[in-house]
Amino acid sequence: MSNMLEVADLGHTYGDYEAIGGLTFDVRAGELVCVVGPSGCGKSTLLRTISGLIKPTRGDVRLNGSHLAVVFQDYQRSLFPWLTVQGNVEFPLRSLPRAERRKRAAEALEWVGLTAAARKRPWQLSGGMQQRVAIARALAFRPALLLMDEPFASVDAQTRFELEDLLLRVRREHDTTVLVVTHDIDESVYLGDRILVLSSSPARLVANLEVPLPAERDQVTTRTADGFVALRSKVARLLNVGKPSMDVEKWAAAERESLSETVSSS
Amino acid sequence: MFGELVTQLSSPTFFRHVVATVLALLIAIGIAIAIAVPSGLVLGSLPAVRHATRAVIEFLRPIPSVALIPLALVMLGFGPETKITLAVYAALWPILFNTIYALDELDPLQVETARTFGLGRVGILFRVALPNALPFVLTGIRLAATTALIVMVSVEIMASSQTGLGFFIMEARSGPGRMDQVLVGTVVAGVIGLLLNNGLEQVRRRWVAW
Repeated sequence: MSNMLEVADLGHTYGDYEAIGGLTFDVRAGELVCVVGPSGCGKSTLLRTISGLIKPTRGDVRLNGSHLAVVFQDYQRSLFPWLTVQGNVEFPLRSLPRAERRKRAAEALEWVGLTAAARKRPWQLSGGMQQRVAIARALAFRPALLLMDEPFASVDAQTRFELEDLLLRVRREHDTTVLVVTHDIDESVYLGDRILVLSSSPARLVANLEVPLPAERDQVTTRTADGFVALRSKVARLLNVGKPSMDVEKWAAAERESLSETVSSS
Repeated sequence: MFGELVTQLSSPTFFRHVVATVLALLIAIGIAIAIAVPSGLVLGSLPAVRHATRAVIEFLRPIPSVALIPLALVMLGFGPETKITLAVYAALWPILFNTIYALDELDPLQVETARTFGLGRVGILFRVALPNALPFVLTGIRLAATTALIVMVSVEIMASSQTGLGFFIMEARSGPGRMDQVLVGTVVAGVIGLLLNNGLEQVRRRWVAW
């Protein structure tokens, strides 16, 4: 499978503070990868370097496509209040003819179930709906990679579940490649095909874990599945001890052991 | 006075004075917008330019427009260009400063959102900064319109320009000494200010209600 994103030895330093300390990973086409790390570990910096908002101090980010799209955590500030919902979704499509813009915006709004709200202003909608507008806007741009920064951290728990399932459905139906940056371990396991665990600053890759769960996920049954529970505690443990000096291989071996124990004992 | 108000409102001469003032006022506001909004965008988005022009602006701004009337009369004569120029001068500042202020208040996340969608500096200026500044700019225009009206009527009173509401008031006072006509002129001037203010407030509510 081809890689959509290749990150090689990416590092970023602010003055003499090292935020990211050399990250190397790939995201394959059609894959949903979650980056999870402790708070303040440089996840935002990582997202900003990948999205091109800041130039990394060292290393290389290669996108297999012309552009990516970002969904930010703060939908209220990221959506433009002077535009309608439809206007917001059309915002990135400026270079296209009007009819094509309309078509794509209508399509993207349908994917997120907001066709009826097209003429409203973002601030007339609930938080969850606003974030769906932001997702539709990103999808309408047809990005090679959908980059999401804590996308569901500002909505209530119910809405969060809905949005997680919406993301899974949309990316399955439209074969979107997604990279989600989150601090929420449960969310990373529930959403991801693969999880990249980062250490605290400077951010380094502690583990690269395949998620052994079926593609179809369900908020109730998946979250209680053995594989989910085992992986979740594994990630949690990795995050707690994620020191840059640790021997990743040794820990990984220990984790594999504990994982097989957990699975076989139940 | 109310009798006089009715009489005057149906008088073509009075109507001409009112039209002269309102027209000059609208022209002045239009010119002020055309100068102040682009300047505000430049000063607001280029800190270097703002810094360089700061001394000049800080010197010019506190000068009361009314104090400039004699100078303007000498330089521009007694035609309508004098009152328009002075009204433009007075109207410039609230619009300029509100535009600069609005650019300062621009949310960095909106800029970043636009950048991730591939917009450059100019694209961001016109598609994000300007629409974002619109409510502030409109407030500036509303304040400017009131100030411009004051200056406009003042110039008409002082410069005996032969047309305009101010001239009508002055003439009524100094010629026949008709206090009722003076009051009619004053009330109508107030009504113009009120209509302008409310009209612009309606525009703001209707188009930039966020």
